[in-house]
Amino acid sequence: MTTYTPESKQFFTALQDGKLIGSACIDCGHVMIPQRVICTRCHSDNTEIVEFAGEGVLSAFTIINVPPTSMAESGFSTKNPYCTGIVTLTEGPRISGQILNVDVANPQTIKIGSLVKMTTIERERNGEKKIFLAFEVI
Amino acid sequence: MTKKTKRGVAVVGAGMSKFGAFPDKTSRDLFVEAYQEMKSTVDKGLDPSQIEAFYMGNFSADQFEKQAHLAPIIASWVGLAGIPALRLEDACASGSVALRQASLAIASGLYDVVLVGGVEKMTDLPIGEVTDALASAADTQFEIPAGFTFPGFYAAMATAYLDEYDASPQAFAHVSIKNHKNGALNEKAQFNQTIADIMESKKKRAAAKGYPVPTWSNELEFFADPAGNPNIAWPMTLFDCSPVSDGAAAVLLVAEELAYQFTDTPLYIIGSGQASDGALTERDTLSGIPSAAKAARQAYDMAGLTSDDIDLAEVHDCFTIAEIMASEDLGFFPRGEGWKAAMAGMTARDGVHPINTSGGLKAKGHPVGASGIAQVIEVWKQLRGVAGERQIAGNPRIALTHNVGGTGQTCVVHIFERRD
Repeated sequence: MTTYTPESKQFFTALQDGKLIGSACIDCGHVMIPQRVICTRCHSDNTEIVEFAGEGVLSAFTIINVPPTSMAESGFSTKNPYCTGIVTLTEGPRISGQILNVDVANPQTIKIGSLVKMTTIERERNGEKKIFLAFEVI
Repeated sequence: MTKKTKRGVAVVGAGMSKFGAFPDKTSRDLFVEAYQEMKSTVDKGLDPSQIEAFYMGNFSADQFEKQAHLAPIIASWVGLAGIPALRLEDACASGSVALRQASLAIASGLYDVVLVGGVEKMTDLPIGEVTDALASAADTQFEIPAGFTFPGFYAAMATAYLDEYDASPQAFAHVSIKNHKNGALNEKAQFNQTIADIMESKKKRAAAKGYPVPTWSNELEFFADPAGNPNIAWPMTLFDCSPVSDGAAAVLLVAEELAYQFTDTPLYIIGSGQASDGALTERDTLSGIPSAAKAARQAYDMAGLTSDDIDLAEVHDCFTIAEIMASEDLGFFPRGEGWKAAMAGMTARDGVHPINTSGGLKAKGHPVGASGIAQVIEVWKQLRGVAGERQIAGNPRIALTHNVGGTGQTCVVHIFERRD
């Protein structure tokens, strides 16, 4: 496996490789995403980079009808809304990402607790194509 | 362990500008308005040369007005150049953070008389840029790239809340209707109109333009109609969201032993708490705000009180779901019961726990850096019995303010008391 370091931008480097990374505390076992040097539970700096399986459940979501300019740049609008949400990974911690494979016109059909799988999505940002984290409802 | 400060602090003056959209005014104009009103409320008069320092809450004049280093400018504009002037920023909690730091500075013995203010001028930018500026209060590296906006964060919390407690989304409408009812009685409010008033004017406008006249027969029908009340971030609709606002507020804090030199009816700050948190994803719960519960516990402990002792509360209803979560985080209602309490009218002016008698952020407006101080203005009026038509009954003596930054990365709670 490629060796990633704890600097925050490395999260996106890993994402480019299709990998979702975080940190685990060697002292207390706490698992965190994104990766960090210092454990948020026990304050230890004895942490290591871990890779997540990329599976979890949908814990919260919204349909964005009025997008920020960065998403408007990618073609989203009131007429073309998208779903974004918070996923609880099987390994424990939570992360946010765009939620795919849902009926944005009928948000009542989207269920908290649905199983999701990580994917990546290419969007325009400041005129450049970039890779972003997303989850697909399976 | 309960921590107490060694020297008491009192509020002896409180004023605010009108909240709204004022294309012809800048931050400094709005703050001058607030300062002048504050000065007029100091019962025994204020000699401005007594003011020793100026603490100001402001989220982002650098983004909204392209003006950083705002505190000395504002100090100069109210004739106070020379004294220490500083800006404190913790997003939408900036005002309460300034209040807390100013009161701690008095409690330390360094100052006796301090001006505390909050100001934000948000309406100069196009709405997309306002949304982006507000989003910078979240984690721009890990939360915003997911496509979140601020309404979106609270909407996501709303879905978690609805799911966890099997709650009715109609509760959100009840919060908005109640806050507009209160705001209609507040001449400083951006929307001093009830939802019924707004429906009526929309019907009239449609008729005047020859469009089909909407047939809403009550506020809940209006609320559920996306033509009148569009989704912003489902399940949060336009009328679930506080507006983009311009406004300022100011209070005068003095050492407790000097309070009677200024007024016979000071309000004492008897409890203060502040807590922080990581991004929304880092918390154990998505259906409440842990920093709010922590800050409340500190404030209750310092005051030696419980939620039952609070006669009224001004809470941070940036979105309707936020008021419901706050009513639980502050202990007014058990977890999962806040939505029922909202629907049952328990937070109305004549309810067991009156919340946001000012109209809240929803109706009064939310110029972010000013909001925490504007909450104190309402407490000042209610506890001194001068809130006019919206005055609550029962001679209220103890009030609480709850001011959240971001999605709860910061929360500040204060408790105020009038002693007779």
